[in-house]
Amino acid sequence: MEAWIFFKRTVRMVFVGTKAYYLWCAFLLAIIGAAITFYTKQLDAGLIVTNMRDQVSWGLYIGNFTYLVGVAAAAVLLVIPAYIYHFDPIKEIVVLGELLAASAIIMALMFVLADLGRPDRFWHIIPFIGILSFPNSLLAWDVIVLNGYLVLNTIVPIYILIKTYFGKEPTKNFVIPLVLLSIPWAVGIHTVTAFLYNGLAARPFWNASILAPRFLASAFCSGPAMALIIFQVLRKTAGMKIKNEALFKVAELMAYAMFINLFLLGAELFKEYYTATIHLAPMQYLFQGLHGHHALVPWIWSAMAMNITAFLIFLIPGTRKNLITLNIGSLLIIVGVWIEKGLGLIVPGFIPDPLGEIYEYLPNINEIAISLGIWAFGLFIFTLFMRIAIPIQRGDFVHSKYGKADIKRQYERIKP
Amino acid sequence: MKMMSMGALAALSLGSSSCTQAQMEEFLQKRFREMTEAEKKEVIQRLEETYLRKYGKKFGISAQPAGYGVLWGYGLDLSRCIGCRRCVYACVKENNQSRINPQLQWIRVVRLKKGSLINLENAEHYYNPETVPEPGFMYMPVQCQHCENPPCVRVCPVKATWKEPDGIVVVDYNWCIGCRYCMAACPYKGRVFNWSEPNIPADELNTDVHYLGNRPRMKNVVEKCTFCVQRVRNGRYPACVEACPTGARKFGNLLDPSSEIRYLIENKRVFRLKEDLNTEPKFYYFFSA
Repeated sequence: MEAWIFFKRTVRMVFVGTKAYYLWCAFLLAIIGAAITFYTKQLDAGLIVTNMRDQVSWGLYIGNFTYLVGVAAAAVLLVIPAYIYHFDPIKEIVVLGELLAASAIIMALMFVLADLGRPDRFWHIIPFIGILSFPNSLLAWDVIVLNGYLVLNTIVPIYILIKTYFGKEPTKNFVIPLVLLSIPWAVGIHTVTAFLYNGLAARPFWNASILAPRFLASAFCSGPAMALIIFQVLRKTAGMKIKNEALFKVAELMAYAMFINLFLLGAELFKEYYTATIHLAPMQYLFQGLHGHHALVPWIWSAMAMNITAFLIFLIPGTRKNLITLNIGSLLIIVGVWIEKGLGLIVPGFIPDPLGEIYEYLPNINEIAISLGIWAFGLFIFTLFMRIAIPIQRGDFVHSKYGKADIKRQYERIKP
Repeated sequence: MKMMSMGALAALSLGSSSCTQAQMEEFLQKRFREMTEAEKKEVIQRLEETYLRKYGKKFGISAQPAGYGVLWGYGLDLSRCIGCRRCVYACVKENNQSRINPQLQWIRVVRLKKGSLINLENAEHYYNPETVPEPGFMYMPVQCQHCENPPCVRVCPVKATWKEPDGIVVVDYNWCIGCRYCMAACPYKGRVFNWSEPNIPADELNTDVHYLGNRPRMKNVVEKCTFCVQRVRNGRYPACVEACPTGARKFGNLLDPSSEIRYLIENKRVFRLKEDLNTEPKFYYFFSA
């Protein structure tokens, strides 16, 4: 049975690799292990081990969740430019994009789980087994669209990979409709996630209709930034086929996305500061500090500096088409958007609280450790996905009737 | 089918060896509103046994439903409130809130400079003078406003919180998953969270409790003011009303034309907090003088 052989070889494949591969996996597993001890502590003592309190009842976990939903959405939307501009290995980009999306969604769901006070009652939220308050609760919408998106983004790449392994072309009538469906769905998951905050009249900072467009614009920056770095790493380590021209084109599109992101932020800043009603307070807390509290001020200004620098790097052709500056720009965007959309979005929603109290929140070591653990887990499964996907797509890992059964530690690189 | 999948889930998430029968039953327990009368009785009996083991005290847990023709409303006379916070502590005692680390309170009294009422940004939450009232200030107690259109209920992803027929917004502590979406949605800070296992000295426990009200809670669930559901459905006033030394707190049936609360609404100049949000609170502030 070839299916059994395929399974056995897949398992063997992930255990074989270069020294760098082993080190990378060991590094991630060590972080995951440490995070588990912190999470056990949180399970045991309760969420008191975090810095969240009644005044600021969501923090680092929900910030990461929001950011990762954006990454997941944008990873799939990469398919559009790949198709329009005829990036050569379109199938590779689809598979990589969807697997990146799937990993990001898994991380996002894990962050929700980490934030959940009663994970033991998780079954209450499962449709038909528990009670899902659909359509009233936006969180119920999010549960549905995120899980649907996860399923969509695992079925398509796994199907393409298995077909390729068996030396057959994937059936277009099956793949194309699903890929086309995943594009509006990607927009959908991020819109629903924005509406989750947007729909709360109690929190004027979030209750702005610009929130969903801003979410999408910033996702179009952070998702591709992550993909640019991953493409290059995989090109070096696993011999993934991708040309520099494709990277530069993505970078150009990111410059436009960042412009829109900054423009929308500017529009919001104008409205809040010019009208200067009492709803300005959260914005003031974020950018200037409020009544002597300014924990987030250095963070948001670093984020602003990073985003603007990256925008310029990606706008100017000279720096955009240089791999070193391109990578600096990508890293700046990854961090800049993370601050803007993580702590910078969630925390000011709670400050000042509805009765005017200011409780300053910054995550503590427990929250940071658990968050790092979830990131490490996401990267770990993504690494395993890639370990299988790339050799299959290169044609190195094929049905036993086409190729030798040996599994190489590394396949030769391809010149960029 | 449903029971089978739930059983499988239970086994998966708890591990069958290390959990007692009671824990298993608690894990599989349905949402309160879905229970039949017999199931409610069973759950209450099990809870009473659990409380007896845990606190060494005999609890009486009521599941008394809302009465017909009742819609509870609250009145608060801001010209009489002196900011003494007796209501806060009477509430903590009556409703079995966690006492230390953290201390949970369902009522928050804020101190406002005279001349500013709507903008709460300058409200002082932790005022602590020798004596109250202080000249130049007024005090405004805030608790769950029992909205007719409660945003917290709308956002709950598992319907663990709802509005009872008598208008009281309650929480099923055994159904809450601890996501805290309701806390983000509440414009009145009406909800507090058990960030850790609640701490109550055994001799301070109130054993006269309601399932949807003041029964002891567990860690990582949300809780809130219930207008003392255990008292008001038995013809008593909420503890805060009884504790107020100046008589600033009023309570009654909005559907009864001869009630005190109806008199106040018709004859005083009442207002409700953040009326612009359309939450329709049943908590009326007014000035008698």
